[in-house]
Amino acid sequence: MKMPKWLVPTLYILFLLLPIYWLVSMSFKTTNEILGTFSLWPQEFTLANYITIFTDPTWYNGYFNSLTYVGMNTLLSVSVALPAAYAFSRYRFLGDKHLFFWLLTNRMAPPAVFALPFFQLYSAVGLFDTPIAVALAHCLFNIPLAVWILEGFMSGVPKELDETAYVDGYSFGRFFIRIFIPTIAAGIGVVMFFCFMFSWVELLLAKTLTSVAAKPIAATMTRTASTAGYELGLLAAAGTLTIIPGAFVIWFVRNHIAKGFALGRV
Amino acid sequence: MIDKTVNQRAWFLVLPVVVLVAFNALIPLMTVVNYSVQETFGNNVFFFEGVKWFEQILNSERFHASLLRQLSFTGIILLIEIPLGVAIALSMPKKGPWVSVCLVLMALPLLIPWNVVGAMWNIFALPDIGLLGRMINGMGFDYNFTQQPLAAWFTTVLMDVWHWTSLVVLLAYAGLSSIPDAYYQAARIDGASAWSVFRFIQLPKLKRVLTIAILLRFMDSFMIYTEPFVLTGGGPGNTTTFLSIDLVKIALGQFDLGPAAAMSLIYFLIILVMSWIFYTLMMRNEEQ
Repeated sequence: MKMPKWLVPTLYILFLLLPIYWLVSMSFKTTNEILGTFSLWPQEFTLANYITIFTDPTWYNGYFNSLTYVGMNTLLSVSVALPAAYAFSRYRFLGDKHLFFWLLTNRMAPPAVFALPFFQLYSAVGLFDTPIAVALAHCLFNIPLAVWILEGFMSGVPKELDETAYVDGYSFGRFFIRIFIPTIAAGIGVVMFFCFMFSWVELLLAKTLTSVAAKPIAATMTRTASTAGYELGLLAAAGTLTIIPGAFVIWFVRNHIAKGFALGRV
Repeated sequence: MIDKTVNQRAWFLVLPVVVLVAFNALIPLMTVVNYSVQETFGNNVFFFEGVKWFEQILNSERFHASLLRQLSFTGIILLIEIPLGVAIALSMPKKGPWVSVCLVLMALPLLIPWNVVGAMWNIFALPDIGLLGRMINGMGFDYNFTQQPLAAWFTTVLMDVWHWTSLVVLLAYAGLSSIPDAYYQAARIDGASAWSVFRFIQLPKLKRVLTIAILLRFMDSFMIYTEPFVLTGGGPGNTTTFLSIDLVKIALGQFDLGPAAAMSLIYFLIILVMSWIFYTLMMRNEEQ
């Protein structure tokens, strides 16, 4: 007997969707129903959990805070990584290989190692509990990743493009903005996606660097879970809402995402 | 490969990145190094202690135990995720509308905040209210991941497989789609078996992407903190306390700064050495 080929991916996707389904279905249940009865879908369908989140500022501000530092980090990482990746892909200079590996080592640094020093550093410069602190801290792993992926994409662009432009009298800045950036637009999109992704999913640093004013949504969730007892419905609704931005941005890069994971090297 | 010209002014292009990353990396790293050689009794008074903390950590059974747990965890998930990811990528459709659907659905777990992943698996696997817990118990197994170490490991590994296998699938899929059709046609003419197609056509192409996949999965699984912390809290007992969880317990829970800093440096060094090996392999592949 031969297995049909679509069976494996289908089973795998089912396996991926099952826990997500459970979370979403729980978000439409009352906490009483979650704890009292076991049912595969909501018996008393309720939107109360979502209404709480959208009306309570401690909840919805969490989303704004998260999106603020994620957005800031993405823009910052990509704009500084672009020229650096160009330098790495086009030129040889003193210490280039060491510098590149040093950058990558920061992608390898466990956030747990840096949690306490980061807290002290950002308290000392007066940025503690601001989105800027989290955006800057996430640069630690997002800039190396952005440089790495962009360098891969840029190395795929033939050098003749640069040389022709310089012969035609373009200055470096004009060539870079007018010609080069549009050429690697797909790569930039992919990198923005990755910066968004890794900043969005990280919590340890985001939680350490904020207390009230800039608290990310994910941290709001952990607090609710511990102090208010078991408000599982609310927790599930908040969790469901954190999946939506990711699902939204993924659609735009669906055809390039694999190339991005391969660091632009396929 | 592009042949690069020597140009020292390229440093100016790299400078913003160097400044930003150095601010975030060097200052905290120096703090850690400082703590790792000093003893404090509060009030910001520090005494130089030399390598005392390093000796203490390297000889502590607690560190050995977390390191062993960490190595086993990383080993297990690599052994499952890499072959599984390749197998799924091999059976994915090559063209057509289903490709996008598959890719988007598969990438979904990668974009969920890590503590939500932990919380989601917690409520999914709890034996009383979770679908998975109910199913396993319904099949006649006694399963409760909050109390049984084996069940806790099973759940943590399953969660990681759920979370990250897609990364391997996406990478392997990208590698496979870069193989020209002509290769397959040639193989068909030669009457090659499915196995030899895999061994001599697909595997060589996969080598590059798989090195990246192993590098990324190794680094990230070695740093894992949030997901198991939310799922099991490192328990029952210490059975799922991996290196990062242990480190945060020492540093922020007990505020033992010296030992925590020494442990951080040892921890970082292990990742660095392992990653350097993978990185060198990767760069060698690229030059071929």
